[in-house]
Amino acid sequence: MNDNPQNLFVETAFVRKKKRQETVAKSIFLAMSVAMIVPLLLIVGYLVVKAYPSLSLEFLLDIPRKGMTEGGIWPAFIGTIYLVALSLAVSAPIGVMAGIYLNEYAKDNWLNRVINLAVINLAGVPSIVHALFGLGAFVYAAKFGCSIISASLTLAIMTLPVIIASTREALASVPMNFREACWNVGATRWQTIRRIVLPNSIGGILTGVILQVSRSAGETAPIMFTGAVFYKAIERGDLFPYTLDGQCMALSMHLYTLATQVPNVSESIPFATAVVLLATVLLVNATAIVIRTLIRSKKKW
Amino acid sequence: MGAKVKIEVRNLRLSYEHKEVIHGISFDVYENEILAVIGPAQSGKTSLLRCINRTIDFIPNAFVSGSIKIDGEDVLKTKDVYSLRRKIGMVSPLPVGLPLSIYDNVAFAPRCAGVSNKNELDNVVENCLKRAALWDEVKDRLDSLGTKLSGGQQQRLTIARALSHSPDVLCLDEFSIAIDPVTTMKIEDMLKEIRSQMTIILVTNLVQQARRIADRTMFLWNGEIVEIDSNEVIFSERTKNKKTYEYVQGIFG
Repeated sequence: MNDNPQNLFVETAFVRKKKRQETVAKSIFLAMSVAMIVPLLLIVGYLVVKAYPSLSLEFLLDIPRKGMTEGGIWPAFIGTIYLVALSLAVSAPIGVMAGIYLNEYAKDNWLNRVINLAVINLAGVPSIVHALFGLGAFVYAAKFGCSIISASLTLAIMTLPVIIASTREALASVPMNFREACWNVGATRWQTIRRIVLPNSIGGILTGVILQVSRSAGETAPIMFTGAVFYKAIERGDLFPYTLDGQCMALSMHLYTLATQVPNVSESIPFATAVVLLATVLLVNATAIVIRTLIRSKKKW
Repeated sequence: MGAKVKIEVRNLRLSYEHKEVIHGISFDVYENEILAVIGPAQSGKTSLLRCINRTIDFIPNAFVSGSIKIDGEDVLKTKDVYSLRRKIGMVSPLPVGLPLSIYDNVAFAPRCAGVSNKNELDNVVENCLKRAALWDEVKDRLDSLGTKLSGGQQQRLTIARALSHSPDVLCLDEFSIAIDPVTTMKIEDMLKEIRSQMTIILVTNLVQQARRIADRTMFLWNGEIVEIDSNEVIFSERTKNKKTYEYVQGIFG
């Protein structure tokens, strides 16, 4: 193209064109990334501004008063914690162990292919369908009634496939040749999993589980059908107000009630409820991010 | 040689799905010898090693027939693959430092076999690292991560781990492709030293390496043995098969 060696590094029209394309491509991608942040900032900003008159520690700890038009959200807050904790206590062990089986033990046969297919499809089922299933299975068939147990189990079934998937992903990130090295020296599969695979994937597994907290905290449909109520009278700041076979309030449900069912509620209260819900979820996600960063900094290979 | 037969392979066939990659080979490995296996890619060298320590089981759709007897016991029929694998040290082409400390890397196999006595483990670790020519470089930092060692050091760590369960047979699969010539020579010297204690099968792409350290060499091509004989024959003009001569001299193909 260019016979003169002196001019090898000179900018030709072709180079300039490539540079222009590079700039255009980069600015488009950058613009899209920024556009993605904008709605988030707008939502958070709008919520906080609207909620500001009601936001206080008192709002978190107090119970709703005067037909929910005043007071706080403690029963809903503690109810959400009950539901999320119980559902994860059920779905995390089952999901993680199923993930370990599918990734470490399962051979490629028809049974495991069916299980895989079931997991993928279960993850795509809308939450309202999970809600109906929970209503039929736990509330009526298992006779748990509308209760925290029914609601938590419904949430557990909803989060299970995602926990299985994220566990498998975390396990798959441990290189195969580590396993082969262990098998070569006569380690069983379980010894390999316990000593090498799990210690090096536990961060990813935990992150996957924690991220499901935000999903179960935010869902309204499944708990509405199976165990959440509009209002339940409890003591202010009581840490153990509910029994597992009773119903409870929940933040997402409370927000829906305030916004659509209660007349004359002051505008800032639903917004403050949303802020609490959002803050709880973001706090939990932040924990997941911290764990992931810690694990990455200790990455051993 | 007249030595005792350590491994007796008879009519070994291996196929993946429906494609046969080893076509019924038979050979013997004598006790305390170094048998080199040479041959171009896809000739079944690595698959052969996988059959010997039964890690072939982990490959779906692999089907093995024939027999491999170590000390008279058929490995393809054994119920206890874990003790079988402890009988065999396996070194892979690329170094694998487990994400554990150097100490734990070597102590891994004994621990899996149920050894928990600290003194015993200390002895195994020191002994194996010394035999793998790594002890002097790492003796002051046994707690640091095995994966942070250099490539050559990691390969010696892999060898130390392969020795840690005191195997009778040591299989090395192209151990030198990822390490420098100086380290390679160190390991080769070490192999010559430990062959009095074990039987060594050395798969290698370096014909000269086979010539340097092996007693006998087997030339494997497309899943069949072209020739197996002592090094004096293989690396001379008296080979029985012309192909062997051409491959060894580098005029094959």
